[in-house]
Amino acid sequence: MAGPMKIRATAQGGVADIRVLMSHPMETGQRKDNAGNLVPLHFIQNLTVKLNDKIVIEGQISQAVSRNPVFSFRVKGGKTGDKVEISWLDNKGETNKTEAAVA
Amino acid sequence: MNEYRRKAIQRVGASGALATAFAAGWLRPQDVLAAGWNKNAFQSKSAADALKGIGAASPADSKDLVIEAPQIAENGAVVPIEVSSNLPNTKSIAVLIEKNPFPLVAQFDFMEGALPYVKVNVKMGESSNVRVVAEAGGKHYTAVKEVKVTIGGCGG
Repeated sequence: MAGPMKIRATAQGGVADIRVLMSHPMETGQRKDNAGNLVPLHFIQNLTVKLNDKIVIEGQISQAVSRNPVFSFRVKGGKTGDKVEISWLDNKGETNKTEAAVA
Repeated sequence: MNEYRRKAIQRVGASGALATAFAAGWLRPQDVLAAGWNKNAFQSKSAADALKGIGAASPADSKDLVIEAPQIAENGAVVPIEVSSNLPNTKSIAVLIEKNPFPLVAQFDFMEGALPYVKVNVKMGESSNVRVVAEAGGKHYTAVKEVKVTIGGCGG
């Protein structure tokens, strides 16, 4: 289920601007499929952003975050070439992780 | 050999039972996993309970919390919310949609140079106040912005 994840990170004026797109259905548990059955709750619960292997942001989110979540963060001191690593964990125990360099 | 096979079969049977328990909803995966998820707060059905759940029962109003959100959202499935805090030493930012079935949407903790800023797309069931709560210097601060969602939530 876990699709690809995309990170775009750019450094500007001593701040790294980090954008991430996660592929995830983010099911609320209230939606019905075509057959009228409830689609079970399935959503990302935890996400972690690391810059050069140090945790900078930890997030807890609910099913009310939109499908295929997009987040923007800013980290002071981030510069070109720094390593950004973002991972998530959902309520079914699925995880995904990806990394990119700050441009 | 036979002994081993029997154990293997028992094991498969046990995991099957667990899967059945999950499917029937007796035992939900989130009860077992994600210990670092504030279940009480996220499963609260009122904004007041959710605030209590994150330890911010009575936050003080602050103009230093800036919420960027559309006044009118045509599509309730994707409402961009941008939050930044000008409060010194902001440690965390939480976002609540007061009229959603489960108001608490997200909470972010900032460390090691991360600026107290986040942009996230959220789902809104209906027009509601968007409440942001930040923790700074051991105190909680809050700001509110109303977002109107076009009826139906899908432009209808």
